Amino acid sequence: MQIIGLVQTALELGLISALTVLALFLSYSMLNICDLSTDGCFTLGATVGAVVAIAGHPYLSIAAAMLAGVCSGFTTAFLQTKMGINSLLAGIIVNTGLYSINIAVMGNSSLLNMNKTETVFTKLKSLLEGTPLSGQYRLLIALIAVVCVIVFLSLFLRTRLGLAIRATGDNPDMVRASSINPVFTSIIGLCIANAFTGLSGCLLAQSQKSVNIDIGTGMVTIALASLLIGRAFMGRGKIPKQAVGAVLGAFVFRLVYTIALRFDLPAYMLKLVSSVIVIIAIAGPYFRTQMPVIRRKLRHRNAAPAGVPGNSGKEVR
Amino acid sequence: MLELIRISKTFNPGTVNAKKAIDDLSLSVPDGDFITIIGANGAGKSTMLNAISGSFYTDSGTIFLDGEDITMDPPHKRSRSIGRLFQDPMLGTAPGMTIEENLTLAAGHGGWLSRISAEDRARFRERLAQLNMGLEDRLSQPVGLLSGGQRQALTLMMATINPPKLLLLDEHTAALDPSAAEKVLSLTESIVRENHLTCMMVTHNMQSALDLGNRTIMMNAGKIILDVAGEKRDSMTVNDLLDAFKEAAGRQLDNDRMLLNPETDE
Repeated sequence: MQIIGLVQTALELGLISALTVLALFLSYSMLNICDLSTDGCFTLGATVGAVVAIAGHPYLSIAAAMLAGVCSGFTTAFLQTKMGINSLLAGIIVNTGLYSINIAVMGNSSLLNMNKTETVFTKLKSLLEGTPLSGQYRLLIALIAVVCVIVFLSLFLRTRLGLAIRATGDNPDMVRASSINPVFTSIIGLCIANAFTGLSGCLLAQSQKSVNIDIGTGMVTIALASLLIGRAFMGRGKIPKQAVGAVLGAFVFRLVYTIALRFDLPAYMLKLVSSVIVIIAIAGPYFRTQMPVIRRKLRHRNAAPAGVPGNSGKEVR
Repeated sequence: MLELIRISKTFNPGTVNAKKAIDDLSLSVPDGDFITIIGANGAGKSTMLNAISGSFYTDSGTIFLDGEDITMDPPHKRSRSIGRLFQDPMLGTAPGMTIEENLTLAAGHGGWLSRISAEDRARFRERLAQLNMGLEDRLSQPVGLLSGGQRQALTLMMATINPPKLLLLDEHTAALDPSAAEKVLSLTESIVRENHLTCMMVTHNMQSALDLGNRTIMMNAGKIILDVAGEKRDSMTVNDLLDAFKEAAGRQLDNDRMLLNPETDE
């Protein structure tokens, strides 16, 4: 029973954060942009969604959170394509600015409570009352959102615009040669990606019925870790397969983390764990390609007798 | 019809590294001309092509293409009417995407949300079959798996799938092995001929500069120092070209690779 509970929690949280992972799938894997505004954008989606829901618009809150994400993504993209700001720096700048904006959105507070607020979660919960699925409303909403995003991405990335976005990350010169402005594709790509990040934040806040200013802290690393775990599982296949891999990665990451918590790993260790996973996932393949050189160096050191420079060279000639 | 009117470009102006790459250059290219461009390293050949395709904006002068002033048009806008190939076969294609995806972007038909249709695939297959490289059966393979020669042939196909008003070739066979280079060159010839393309080709091979096309220009220090066509060009040999260069440049050729291997393609 306890294990089922563990898996359930991991599934719910994994699916919700999978939306951010899918956002990074678009910006990081496709556009080749590491969007460091992800943390702030996630929180922005959470705060905007919460404020609109508290005002009594449960459905509108979802759209509002996504729209807020689009605005954030547009700003990041604009800074790096039109203002000559390095793409990593643009993300950090937007992230910093969003901290103030998020507190302002929450009405000069760093915490909002949604205990009595009507959200899509409470709506579905009352709808499922008495059915066998009654306890699964969180899971269902997260699942629906993830499936929608995957279907959208799978279809979208095969359109001409989607292809252009993928090519922008692959070879921007080729995009220009195809009469497409890579600035335009970068902006569109980041807007869409951040809409998903906003959605992800909004759903997390509403499912846990509260939002605080730290809700998105470390999200970019967590999502990146999940993305790379997913890639390790699924490889680099077609787009739908890769997207499913990203979701799987998010789930596995949450599962490992939830189990770790059971073994009395304090909750604050989550971020360190995610950092280490990202380091291993990126450094691992790098060292694998470096292995032949390292081995060659060791062999060379062992084979070459020290202290006879020039000698061996003459023999070769 | 391409017209360059007194264009100039200086790189790193106002510094010790300032270099006048294009110096008050004018050139008129009537429709259907196939111009080969030769000159020493740093003569401004590639810079001239870059100026035409919009990789940078010229400091002064005007560029007209088919009567339209394109001097300040951004490169992605110019690429609607200008196709281009570089020396590096990696530059023209997106390696992580499939052959058909690359071709779809280059073909540029349909709206932003259109997808690859069966009709497109049939057309791509037919066009690729003309390359005789077996690429027509590999539509859904990533371009990164292709050899340099195959990638350059594909880039040529992509650049000309909608016949451009002007095709710019910047030593596009120089990085290929001899047999691939020969193949890509003969493809270039037949595509240019069939589509009656206006074409400018930079080459280091003096022999093919004379063999290909109908007009040859020679550049030095950002200027055109020789412009031959017609009978005069037909009777020219590589040695005539070298003599003409010495005479026009007013100095002995230094140890440029143009002199070292006038016959072979590097």
